[in-house]
Amino acid sequence: MIRIENVSKNYRGSNRPALADVSLEIEKGDFVFLVGASGSGKSSLLRLILREEIPSSGAVHVLGENLVGIPSRRIPFFRRKLGVVFQDFRLLPNKTVGQNVAFSMEVIGQSAGLIEAAVPEVLRLVGLDGKADRLPSELSGGEQQRVALARAIVNKPAILLADEPTGNLDPKTSEEIMALLDSINQTGTTVVMATHDSGIVNRYRKRVIELREGQIVRDEKSAGY
Amino acid sequence: MRFVWSEVRQGIRRNLSMVISVILVTFISLTFVGTAGLLQMQIGQMKNYWYDKAEVAIYLCSNVSPADVCPQGEASADLKTAVENQLKSPTLAPFIQRYYFEDHAAAYQKFQQEFAGNSVAKYVTAEQLNETYWVKLKDPSQSAIITESFTGFAGVEEVRDQRSYLDQIFGILNAASIAAISVAALMLASAALLISTTIRLSAFARRRELGIMRLVGASNFYIQLPFILEGVFAAIIGSLLASGAVVGIVQFFVQGYLAQQLPFTNFVDLGSALLLVPALIGSGVILAAAASGLAIRRYLRI
Repeated sequence: MIRIENVSKNYRGSNRPALADVSLEIEKGDFVFLVGASGSGKSSLLRLILREEIPSSGAVHVLGENLVGIPSRRIPFFRRKLGVVFQDFRLLPNKTVGQNVAFSMEVIGQSAGLIEAAVPEVLRLVGLDGKADRLPSELSGGEQQRVALARAIVNKPAILLADEPTGNLDPKTSEEIMALLDSINQTGTTVVMATHDSGIVNRYRKRVIELREGQIVRDEKSAGY
Repeated sequence: MRFVWSEVRQGIRRNLSMVISVILVTFISLTFVGTAGLLQMQIGQMKNYWYDKAEVAIYLCSNVSPADVCPQGEASADLKTAVENQLKSPTLAPFIQRYYFEDHAAAYQKFQQEFAGNSVAKYVTAEQLNETYWVKLKDPSQSAIITESFTGFAGVEEVRDQRSYLDQIFGILNAASIAAISVAALMLASAALLISTTIRLSAFARRRELGIMRLVGASNFYIQLPFILEGVFAAIIGSLLASGAVVGIVQFFVQGYLAQQLPFTNFVDLGSALLLVPALIGSGVILAAAASGLAIRRYLRI
C-alpha cells in the first residue's frame, strides 16, 4: 500500500538530511504511529507520501503509483485517494461546516445530489450532527478537527494521513479524536499518524515507527511511545 | 459547474474595482483596434473604387513647357503620331484597355469646369494646358510600363499615374491606422498586465482555498477555471463596449456625418463594422484567457 525504499531527502540550505536512507512498508488496513522529536523527519515522510515533495534519492510507491515518476497532471487524481488532517485544521473560515466538507467533493466534480446525501452522513459519523450550518469560528478546537476529519474521509480515501491531529487539543478532546481515527481505521482505511502524544500511543498499542534525525530507529508492532 | 460559477461570482465581488478597470482598459484598447480595422477597411474600399478609375496621363509638351524637357516647344502633329504609334505597338497594346486624346480645347473646358468660380480660371488660356493622352490600363498597377516607355520621349513633358495622387491620401490614412494600432498595442499590453495582476490578487486572497483544493485533489483545470473565467468575463464586457463604440462610430459619425458632408465618397457601412465585432470579442477573450491563465499558473505548482 505504501512502500518507501532507501529514501533520502535533503532540503536546500540545510546540510543535514531530513530523511536518510529510510525504508518502510505499510500494509492495507494498518494503523501506524510516527513518533520522534520535532525535526526528526515525521512531516517530511508524510509530505513524501502525499507527493508534496519528491525524494532526493530512493523510491516512493503509494497505492500502486510510483510517486517519483508520476506525471504532474495525474497527481490530483492520486491525491483523491488520500485524506489528510493537520494540527491547525485548515478549514475555510468563511464557509460553514457543511460547505467545508462539501468543498472537497465539489472540487473533484461530484454531483450535487451525491454531495447532499454524503455530507450529513459523514458529519453524523464524526459526531457533528446538526452543526452543518455553523461557521468554524463558532466551534471548539475538537469540533473543528472533527470537521477536518469529515472533510478528509468524505471522499472515502484508502489512506488517511494525520500530521499531529491532536497537537492543539486538550487530553479529553484528543482522546475523542483518536477514537474517531481508530474507528475510521476499523472500516479498512489505512491510517498514518504523526504524533507527540505518548499517552495515546501507549494506550492504543499500534505499530510504532520512531524517527531520529531522519533515520528509523525503531519499528515495532503493538508498541508504546 | 455550479461551484465554479459561485467561485467566479465571489472573485468578481471581491475585487470589483480591479474588474472594472480591466473592463475599461479592454474597452479602450479594443476600440482603438476596431478603429484601426475600420480605417483599413476604408482604405481597401477606396482603393478598390478609385484604383479602377485611375488612368495614366501622358502630358505632351506645350509652348509653356520648360525648355530642358521640351526643347522643340509645342508637340508637333508628327510627334503626336509617334506617341500614338507607340501606344498601338505590340509591346504596349496588350496592357492597354483603352486610350484617348485630349486636345487644348477639351483640356480648357475641363479646367474651367473643375475650377469654376476660382480666379485662376480667368487667366488660364487653352494653349497653356497640356494636350494629353489618357491611358486606361488593363491592370492599373502596371503603370511603370507606360512611364518607362514615354519618359524622355520626344514631345512628352511628363507621364503621371493618377494613382500616385491617391497613394498620398492612402499614405495618410495608413499612417493614422498604424498610429491607432500602436496605441492599441500599448493599451492591450497594459490590459494584459492589469488582468494578470487582478488574477494574482484574486488568487492571493483565495490561497487557503487553493491549498485545500490541491490537497483534496482538484485538477489543475478545475482550480484554474474560476480565475480564467473571471478575467474572461471582464474582457467580454470590455469588448462588448468596444464593439458598441465601433458600431456607434460608423453609424453616427461616418454614415451620419461624414457621408452627408462628402456625398461622393464611398464610406464603410454598418455591415463592415459588424464584421469587426466577433474579431474584437474574440481577441478580448483570448487576451484575457492567456493573461489570467499565465498569472494563475504559478499558484498551481504541485
